[in-house]
Amino acid sequence: MLRLLQIELIKLKYNKAAKILSIIYFALLTSIALIASIKFNFGGIKFNVADTGIFNFPYIWHFNTYVASYLKFFLLLVIVSMVSNEYSNKTLKQNLIDGLSKKEFILSKFYTVLLFSIISSIFVFIVTMVLGLIYSSYTELSIIFTDIYFIFAYFLALVVFFSMGLFFGILIKRSAFAIGAIILLSIVEGLLIPVIRFGLGIKDYEAITQFFPLTSMYNLIKEPATRLSGVKQLASSVGENFDLNFATQWYEYLIVLFWIFIFIFFSYKLLLRRDL
Amino acid sequence: METILKIENLTKDFGRIRALNNVSFTIEKGNVYGILGPNGSGKSTTLGIILNVVNKTSGNFTWFDGKTSTHDALKKVGAIIERPNFYPYMTAQQNLELVCKIKGISKNIIDEKLEAVNLLEWKNYKFSSYSLGMKQRLAIASALLNDPEILILDEPTNGLDPQGIHEIRSIIKKIAKTGTTILLASHLLDEVEKVCSHAVIIRKGVMLYAGPVDEMSATNGIIEAKTEEISLEELAVALEKSPQISSANVDFDKVVAKLNTEVSATEINKFLISQGIVVSYFEKRLPSLEQQFLELTNNK
Repeated sequence: MLRLLQIELIKLKYNKAAKILSIIYFALLTSIALIASIKFNFGGIKFNVADTGIFNFPYIWHFNTYVASYLKFFLLLVIVSMVSNEYSNKTLKQNLIDGLSKKEFILSKFYTVLLFSIISSIFVFIVTMVLGLIYSSYTELSIIFTDIYFIFAYFLALVVFFSMGLFFGILIKRSAFAIGAIILLSIVEGLLIPVIRFGLGIKDYEAITQFFPLTSMYNLIKEPATRLSGVKQLASSVGENFDLNFATQWYEYLIVLFWIFIFIFFSYKLLLRRDL
Repeated sequence: METILKIENLTKDFGRIRALNNVSFTIEKGNVYGILGPNGSGKSTTLGIILNVVNKTSGNFTWFDGKTSTHDALKKVGAIIERPNFYPYMTAQQNLELVCKIKGISKNIIDEKLEAVNLLEWKNYKFSSYSLGMKQRLAIASALLNDPEILILDEPTNGLDPQGIHEIRSIIKKIAKTGTTILLASHLLDEVEKVCSHAVIIRKGVMLYAGPVDEMSATNGIIEAKTEEISLEELAVALEKSPQISSANVDFDKVVAKLNTEVSATEINKFLISQGIVVSYFEKRLPSLEQQFLELTNNK
């Protein structure tokens, strides 16, 4: 496993584009902390983001992982091009001739995905801890670690997202088209959901749509804003009642694990069937 | 003799096209093999299959008596296919380090191999800045990294200038001298003729011959002759009158006559003199690979 990881890291280490994108990505992850410094000052009314309660434990786990998960698109470019470059440089062929098996090739990519996801999760964990300890109104240990599962959900969200990138990279062989295909998939899902909900009039539409790959990823860390007490109060004052379930359900993990398996397994199958 | 590779009834279809039809041959340790055939005859497909990058349709191949899996066997093989494939943004040194990692060998050997192909002073330049000749030499260095049991070369001089062709050929000859088994695919017959002891001939996916080069066509040798006094056509007609000659044809600037029995050059020359013909050039020899190849491919 270490050998396969080393092989992939040698390839990435000298690749300038991959290096720059990764640095930007991790810099942005760290810069989530900068949100804390946002302060408005209009007409004598001072507004400080840090005072709104978004940095309170345990809510901060949810908020930070949600914001951080948007940055994964940066790393998606690295993942997709790390596969498609192997096709365009024909180095995949050379790797196989040199004695790497197709299985090892996929595994070395997958291990790299795991590594990126683990490092990202650690980053987000540290940033969240530091921010929380500075700004949170509650710092009792039991409260701090209440919603820590969001870090795990975040980790899984990255793994499945990058595995999808891996799969589309192998399927389509060209970075730009692979990214295009992922965007197309998100549009298709975005259209299918209202079609199922309103067009077919299925009331419990989520029972179906939760199985869609991108929706299942989104379900791991749901939108956190409505959870803020301020927003809730505002909503109830206008008679709207948000009754969202924020917690990640066990079957939502299962669905995502299933997609990770599908993406990696079919990446392998695809590669196995292909003549290079 | 130790068997390195055994191919049995290998067949490959690309869609409805049969690129390879029932090809079988065996590669023994220490020999230098040439796979011959025109472009598109199935040479690269054969190599692609044994190198794990092309899937076979049917048939079988086994490396080293089938004791190891194909990808592990390939760690003991050095191969170059068509065009050198490396990471363009990495230097020669970095690219070879990666190959060492894949093959699971120490990277201490890199300098020695780069030296062997005269690339040592360029080792810290990016692959993308190399000329085609340098790229091909790097590919050879890479293939030699593991001191392979067998070196597989697919059209190693394709696209090179005369200088580059000469460099690659002298490297191949040097390697052949060390006793390394070589499998060389080429459509350039003189390239194969200069180094190969055995040949496999493929045309349109069908194997026409596999065996030692000098047993390719059952032959008693040929006579090549030139004359200045009469036309070459007349010389050919005169030669065909000899009972020891089965046929004689004009080939560009000389006459090539096939012998049908074991006969000395002197006897044929005496025959010509008795016919009142004096030649300006006369030689008895085995047919060149090109002549044998054309004979084989034309007959079938």
